Amino acid sequence: MLNVLAQTAAGEMVEGLKAIGAGLGYGLAAIGPGIGIGTVVGNAISAMARQPESAGMARTTMFLGIAFTEALALIGFVVFILLLP
Amino acid sequence: MADTSSLVADATVVTPERDIARDLARRAVWVAPVFVVVGAIGWGATGAASSAIALALVVANFLIGAAIITRAVSISLNALYGAVLFGYLIRLGALAVIAVVLKGSGDWFAAVPFAITLLVTHLGLLTWETRHVSASLAFPGLMPQPVPQVTPEENHSK
Repeated sequence: MLNVLAQTAAGEMVEGLKAIGAGLGYGLAAIGPGIGIGTVVGNAISAMARQPESAGMARTTMFLGIAFTEALALIGFVVFILLLP
Repeated sequence: MADTSSLVADATVVTPERDIARDLARRAVWVAPVFVVVGAIGWGATGAASSAIALALVVANFLIGAAIITRAVSISLNALYGAVLFGYLIRLGALAVIAVVLKGSGDWFAAVPFAITLLVTHLGLLTWETRHVSASLAFPGLMPQPVPQVTPEENHSK
């Protein structure tokens, strides 16, 4: 391991760690919105199953809810693309 | 629980998410020149190109998300759950791949205007769209467009 590390140039190690950090950050940032989208869709499906006549309304609210929740993941994406070497 | 077979039958007729996504795309075309010009002023031609790509990605993200919901809800509610969650994962993965490819493709890509445009347009367009969404039983998607009233004088002149 030390031999491998010793063979890297001075900046390569930092660049590699930056890439790993960016990927990890993006992955971690996607967990919360994933849970949020699951909650939104689960409740929308429950509403549609209970009252099929209001399915259109539930789908509209669900779509907007998903899109707003996705914005949180996009913040993680922005950090990812800015950190990416 | 109510019978959901009518829901599946209606799914192809009423598509509020598709209407909203198309309306979002229309509004994105309106605001596109602003972001491209701001990108060009701040970062030159690379900024303009990066802003345009970010806008295209935001619109594609909305349209693909809506298409996934429209297709899945016509199958079943279980399919909807799975499709939305896996669609989310796939879209995020695709965004990451596109970002890595763009960043590695050369000097013509500027990350800062790309990131700003992506975040601002996504949130801004959504906030703008909520003012035009009805989400009522009569109009589940967008608000109905007002019908122009014809006055008696105009009617006589015809």
